[in-house]
Amino acid sequence: MNFDLRLPLGLMFTLFGALLTGFGLISDPAIYKKSLGINVNLDWGLVLLGFGVLCLVFALRARKNGNSQTPPPAS
Amino acid sequence: MPHSLTLSGIDYAILIIYFGFVLGIGWALKRYMKGSTDFFLSGRSIPAWITGLAFLSANLGAQEVIGMAASGAKYGIMTSHFYWVGAIPAMVFLAIFMMPFYYGSKARSVPEYLKLRFDEKTRGFNAMSFAVMTVFSSGISLHALAKLFETLLGWDYNMCIAVSALIVLVYIFLGGLTSAIYNEVLQFFMIVLGFAPLVYLALKDIGGWTALKAKLVPVATSQGFAPGTWTQSWTHMASTSDNPMGVEWFGMVMGLGFVLSFGYWCTDFLVVQRAMAANSMSAARRTPLIAAIPKMLFPLLVILPGMIAIAMHYQSGNTFLPKAADGGPDYNMVIPTLLAHYLPAGLLGVGFTALMASFMSGMAGNVTAFNTVWTYDIYQSYIAKNKSDKHYLWMGRWATVFGIIVSIGCAYLASRFNNIMDMLQLVFGFVNAPLFATFLLGMFWRRATGHGAFWGLLGGTGGAAIFHGLASAAGNAPGIKGGWIAQKILFHSEMAQNFYMAIVAWVACFVLTILISLATTRTKTDAELTGLVYSLTPKPKSEHEPWFKQPVTVGILVLGVTVVMNVIFW
Repeated sequence: MNFDLRLPLGLMFTLFGALLTGFGLISDPAIYKKSLGINVNLDWGLVLLGFGVLCLVFALRARKNGNSQTPPPAS
Repeated sequence: MPHSLTLSGIDYAILIIYFGFVLGIGWALKRYMKGSTDFFLSGRSIPAWITGLAFLSANLGAQEVIGMAASGAKYGIMTSHFYWVGAIPAMVFLAIFMMPFYYGSKARSVPEYLKLRFDEKTRGFNAMSFAVMTVFSSGISLHALAKLFETLLGWDYNMCIAVSALIVLVYIFLGGLTSAIYNEVLQFFMIVLGFAPLVYLALKDIGGWTALKAKLVPVATSQGFAPGTWTQSWTHMASTSDNPMGVEWFGMVMGLGFVLSFGYWCTDFLVVQRAMAANSMSAARRTPLIAAIPKMLFPLLVILPGMIAIAMHYQSGNTFLPKAADGGPDYNMVIPTLLAHYLPAGLLGVGFTALMASFMSGMAGNVTAFNTVWTYDIYQSYIAKNKSDKHYLWMGRWATVFGIIVSIGCAYLASRFNNIMDMLQLVFGFVNAPLFATFLLGMFWRRATGHGAFWGLLGGTGGAAIFHGLASAAGNAPGIKGGWIAQKILFHSEMAQNFYMAIVAWVACFVLTILISLATTRTKTDAELTGLVYSLTPKPKSEHEPWFKQPVTVGILVLGVTVVMNVIFW
């Protein structure tokens, strides 16, 4: 099956990461009283972004090498 | 203290994006569904890391996230026995000893294995009971989801049921098992990445592990237990009255560890189906092991929040968690309460979506297992033999629709127990507990016969029902919770009652299967049993693979770490 799950996985988390990071930058600091004063949207958004991009990099690299999860022959 | 959630625009955006991806995956997979094998078994083409995470995630439904956090609050670290005594050893056993027969026999389902190994009636019995159990579990997930979101957000119960059932229906209808598996992987990462910051914030707020331990002392002592009961997993298990679970070590190790967990992880087609979809024998055997590694750490993600929440609850003068109908804290609200308390708009959307996703994948897992067993083991075997493969693919799609409609009906039955976990354990007790005895004998004793297996299973399930009718837990009136024949055997808790019921069912099935097998003649020759029974099957070779791909090596490592976990929290 020529469908690499890392692609949608990476896309989704890149999107979530970007959304949270962006929101973390513009949001009212008062909402972070809940999260002990930590801007978790910014911090965790970057983590999600990193994870998403990593998935994309792996997926695209596999695609370039022409072996997007070629399954080994079933035994 | 606010108990209900308020979602903002960004939270809704995350929710909508997530379900966009979920449906998109189903849509993208539609063109790969060419035959029934693609729809029910993913064409046996999925790499091990995906089947492994799906294996874990299929079980990560309502009972896991909400139920384990509830148990963490109600019982403390002893809840980790569900992982470090129960799940992990069973998953390692499945990988090393059982997977070669499931995958190698080319059976398309667990009931079909029983047909190959034993006979038609054993398969029929297992297929029917399993089909009922899956729609029932799927209904429980659906009910729990709708109930929770009604309480939290004021969403309409019926609308919640309709919308979530529809989403699950669409993506399975389109992409079959592959769609369910891929979405389970998405959901796995949502849960881990959505809950990790929540646990971090809650633990930081309470002052770290040492402070948490101190704050859990009054939780234990005020209920009449020793100070360390909530933070020591084994120390207080000498007697049933020493711990809030009301279980001693034997009931725990045999009932939960050996019978229930092995019964669930090794014979439940819901999880085994994920491994069967793997692209090779080696990948199939690695599936449960890949799942076991994150599973070992899951107590951090689901039990720890429960422990923190109950400590907060006591510290706050019983106001942190909402009140349940009985006046005590509503344990099932642990996760929602923490989400509302710590996560700001934005991250709240991720946490909330993860929660919703877990309910839905719990449901989806059951639906895909149901449509496969229905189509292959019931429809193809008894109703319409020898039809074209296209016909069975068509049937699978409509079985999905039918399964979801029945689940919706079951959702309304699910409201009588206060702890979802106890209820699931009960159902698994009737159906699954005897089953592991059948598989153990079937796979490791070639003399076990079809008659032995069938009557043993029936006897085990019957034994469970009779035991349930005679036993009851302290404080429960006779009825659905037990003691409906007579209240002859009294347990400290429903959990202990369930564990012992499982033990009785297992022993009844084990003994009956042996006796009846010895009294009946074998109908299958050694040649027919090749690939189905341990002593008649060539051992799978994996010497040429690196150590981290060898099931035995990884299995031993996983067990080693599990032992260390038990010792650390002893």
